[in-house]
Amino acid sequence: MSFRARHLLGIEHLAPDEITTLLDLADQYADHNRQGRSHKDVLAGITQINMFFENSTRTQASFELAGKRLGADVMNMAMQASSIKKGETLIDTALTLNAMHPDLLVVRHPNSGAVDLLAQKVNGAVLNAGDGPHEHPTQALLDALTIRRAKGRLHRLSIAICGDIAHSRVARSNIMLLGKMENRIRLIAPPTLMPSGMSEFGVEVFETMEQGLQDVDVVMMLRLQKERMDGGFIPSEREYFHRYGLDAAKLRHAKDDAIVMHPGPMNRGVEIDGTIADDINRSVIQTQVEMGVAVRMAAMDLLARNLRAARKAETVMA
Amino acid sequence: MTKTLFTNARLIRAVALTDNPGAMLIEGDSIAEVYDDTHPTVKDAQIIDCGGMCLAPGIIDIGVKISEPGERHKESFRSAGRAAAAGGVTTIVTRPDTLPAIDTPETLEFVERRASQDAPVNVLPMAALTKGRNGREMTEIGFLQDAGAVAFTDCDRVVTNTKVFSRALTYARSLDALVIGHVQEPGLSDGAAVTSGKFASLRGLPGVSPMAERMGLDRDIGLLEMTGAKYHIDQITTARALPALERAKRNGIDITAGVGIHHLTLNEFDVADYRTFFKLKPPLRSEDDRLAVVQAVADGLIDIICSMHTPQDEESKRLPYEEAASGAVGLETLLPAALRLYHEGLIDLPRLFRALSLNPAQRLGLRGGRMRPGHPADLVLFDPDAPFVLDRSTLLSKSKNTPFDGARMQGKVLGTWVAGQEVSGRL
Repeated sequence: MSFRARHLLGIEHLAPDEITTLLDLADQYADHNRQGRSHKDVLAGITQINMFFENSTRTQASFELAGKRLGADVMNMAMQASSIKKGETLIDTALTLNAMHPDLLVVRHPNSGAVDLLAQKVNGAVLNAGDGPHEHPTQALLDALTIRRAKGRLHRLSIAICGDIAHSRVARSNIMLLGKMENRIRLIAPPTLMPSGMSEFGVEVFETMEQGLQDVDVVMMLRLQKERMDGGFIPSEREYFHRYGLDAAKLRHAKDDAIVMHPGPMNRGVEIDGTIADDINRSVIQTQVEMGVAVRMAAMDLLARNLRAARKAETVMA
Repeated sequence: MTKTLFTNARLIRAVALTDNPGAMLIEGDSIAEVYDDTHPTVKDAQIIDCGGMCLAPGIIDIGVKISEPGERHKESFRSAGRAAAAGGVTTIVTRPDTLPAIDTPETLEFVERRASQDAPVNVLPMAALTKGRNGREMTEIGFLQDAGAVAFTDCDRVVTNTKVFSRALTYARSLDALVIGHVQEPGLSDGAAVTSGKFASLRGLPGVSPMAERMGLDRDIGLLEMTGAKYHIDQITTARALPALERAKRNGIDITAGVGIHHLTLNEFDVADYRTFFKLKPPLRSEDDRLAVVQAVADGLIDIICSMHTPQDEESKRLPYEEAASGAVGLETLLPAALRLYHEGLIDLPRLFRALSLNPAQRLGLRGGRMRPGHPADLVLFDPDAPFVLDRSTLLSKSKNTPFDGARMQGKVLGTWVAGQEVSGRL
């Protein structure tokens, strides 16, 4: 096996062979989950703490379930309501937690780079569950696994990522992962929601869905966060849906067998038409949720192996 | 009067733009004579053999933040003064963005008293342009000037109300007072942590277009045409602002511009994995901008190089990037960092000292910056080539927030003289 990382902070620092290793293992876990096979021994004795400094239901549940399926002792900490409100700095929170010797730390934070900062201060392995608009690596990995299972490969595909790219960590992690695996990436967004300098990332940039979706294999929709309306990024939800919402007419520009993805939670009628989201022939949105658990199981399994190996090496040295 | 003769020196002269061997005699607190001969004969003089090293006018650093009053744990007059002496800075021009702001003659007197007690180098204070730096009412510019304020600035806060700003500029003009401004269009730059572009997008950090600086400059040029005030821009950091600056100067507007040393030697990619010691205001720019600004200094379009010395404690830097404080210390690293430009062949030593010493002296109406008889004996002796690796724990500033920690640098200060007295040195 080849997965060398100590933490999973982002896709940026993963090599293609590490991604493949992780996806192969996740693929097995996905099958086993369907068969109801249990793996309670894999993370037995491992303590997993989920620290969410930002609201999350789906991702936190997915990490919790993944840990429990592998036999870890899982603890959830709702950081929004806790010490941060009392003025404790992130570093102090990290040091306090580190003193409790957690093995796996799953962290979500509203600031880009905050999870990297925290990872510098702890002994366990850190998994980034989303840091600001920076990265969300397990989402990109679960998207990759979903694509691989639907399309039979994860290379030389034409993939469109559509919507609020500027504020999306999902988009950044996906651009990096799909780029590393040699796919053709097309970004579609109103110019106000397209980050600057994107053409330097080796992607194609489009301002209309009709052009951008031309002959793509995969259509990845992003959630439009309602709070963006206040920032004056788009004129109204209805105009956004008209120009950038995925409906049957726009989807016709993609390949006939193109799949439709969405990281959830969806705004039906804003970025995606309900009938497309529910179309079992096109939409793989439910599969994404299923793959999420499998990918997180694989990620924690691999990180725990590296952690145990490192600890063993330390003991031998001592 | 005591006489000191510096023999065997390499004289860096910013007025004549020469870099020649020679010698210099100082008597009391002034320069008495400058010689082309490296070993002139002078009776009764104490001799300092410079060993062929560079002797230049001491650096005059406009815009140094000393955290007194308010945050003395970050920097005091004593620590900043020692750092300045070690860095070859003979005059510190202090910023008024303290807690509280220096906006009354009384607070200004506090600064002057503390400085004269504790700092081994010259300290000249600036005062706020508006009360509390809030951009609403102008300060007592006349009283403050009488009390010794050498310039008026709200530092990194832009006076957004143009009516208030135009009145303050008009009033300052009647007193021939220098106003120093920060040119950033405030709406566009609101909330930004880095310069927009590939790096900002990669890191998921809020960015500001470099255009915000040009827009801020354009606005201020309009106000200067209107009021005729004497104006200095603290930092010009982007290529796009340069043509507007050049045009304004050509049109006879009384405008000069500075740039911080970090913008001359680092670019946006140095932030790398969210290194908050590289968080500055304005943020670091692209490499193209950096090179354009270096060229503008060499050409004399940008007049002044400063350290933008801004002490921050560890707590205010060890935070997620967006939340971390801006600024870096620079008094001790200003000269070796500036010498990077010299070693890269981008600028020669006389032009470097024109920007570090002569131009700031001229802009503030000081007699420093010149190596001529009768001028103050504020001098720095340095080895431009001596290599070292910077260890931030050795800095004399109370705060150690330098982006150059672990960096390979060249150039060591061998001695600093203020009014003929040696204030630090390794000779």
